[in-house]
Amino acid sequence: MHPDFRNGVRAALPLLLGVVPFALVSGVAAVGAGLTLVEAMGLSVVVFAGASQLAVLELLGQNAPLAVVILTAAVINVRMVMYSASIAPYFRPLRRRWKVLLAYLLTDQAYALSIAEYARTDDTDRRWYYFGIAVTIWVVWQLATVAGIALGANVPDRWGLQFAVPLVFLTLLVMALKDRETVAAGVVGGGVAVAGAGLPLNLGLVVGALAGVATGVLVERRADR
Amino acid sequence: MTTRYGPAAIWAVVVVVGAVTFAYRYSFIYLFGRIDAVPPNLKAALRFVPPAVLAALVLPSLVTVGPTPAATLTDDRLLAGVVAGVVAWHTENMLATIAVGMGALWTLRFLL
Repeated sequence: MHPDFRNGVRAALPLLLGVVPFALVSGVAAVGAGLTLVEAMGLSVVVFAGASQLAVLELLGQNAPLAVVILTAAVINVRMVMYSASIAPYFRPLRRRWKVLLAYLLTDQAYALSIAEYARTDDTDRRWYYFGIAVTIWVVWQLATVAGIALGANVPDRWGLQFAVPLVFLTLLVMALKDRETVAAGVVGGGVAVAGAGLPLNLGLVVGALAGVATGVLVERRADR
Repeated sequence: MTTRYGPAAIWAVVVVVGAVTFAYRYSFIYLFGRIDAVPPNLKAALRFVPPAVLAALVLPSLVTVGPTPAATLTDDRLLAGVVAGVVAWHTENMLATIAVGMGALWTLRFLL
């Protein structure tokens, strides 16, 4: 085993405190939305991006139009393009097969940890360190999702376990609020979504998200002037 | 909140969302050398996607506009959400936020 693979696995361990509850919640949410075990694991393995999985489950549960389900997930995951652009130079010498594998395993956590390590030192093997982190997260994510499915199937509805879904989003939201501009984007995005909650086709979510992004851009432009 | 969609629709969503997500992840890892970077305007806008989308997802599940302002503000999900929000703000810890938020919801629902 490559020593930097082992270092990557070790670096990922503290992150699992965040990965495990997130995956448990997505398992619970899959049961809540009425997915079978195979469908739920299909979502978890094929998509492997937690926030978008939760949004898909939430919207399927509300019987939202499929276009809205897909569009919402696509918007949530678009940040992966930034990660891909940022980490791409480090993967340049690799064979295509490795690039495909490492791309599939790209997550917020694997990206953030690897970029920090690459910036710190040139001595760490790019591929093996990243792979150690990413594959650890993948394995634990899938196992905890199965556990969440079992949990969701056995805990009565009135416990409101589904409430853990907005709590996960809430944590991610608070972490995304970094400055005046992002707070403005969040306040407008959330406010418009609440006001538009009664609209058909889950338009409140789509309009709220667009209004929030537009607000952030406008506030930033004004500050630059 | 069980979906009325059948297996075909669910699998279609899984495959399309999976393909789009993989395309994002692979995009620049594949393209590197052909284009240099993300266009700056797009990059500036992408920064606001997480706060805007997450707020648009989370607030409607905590706030349901009720018949009176009092009914809106005393909804157990909103109160539990505020408590959890404070914890999230101070700790940025998902496990702690879930634990405190669920505990607050159960306290409001079963004990008070």
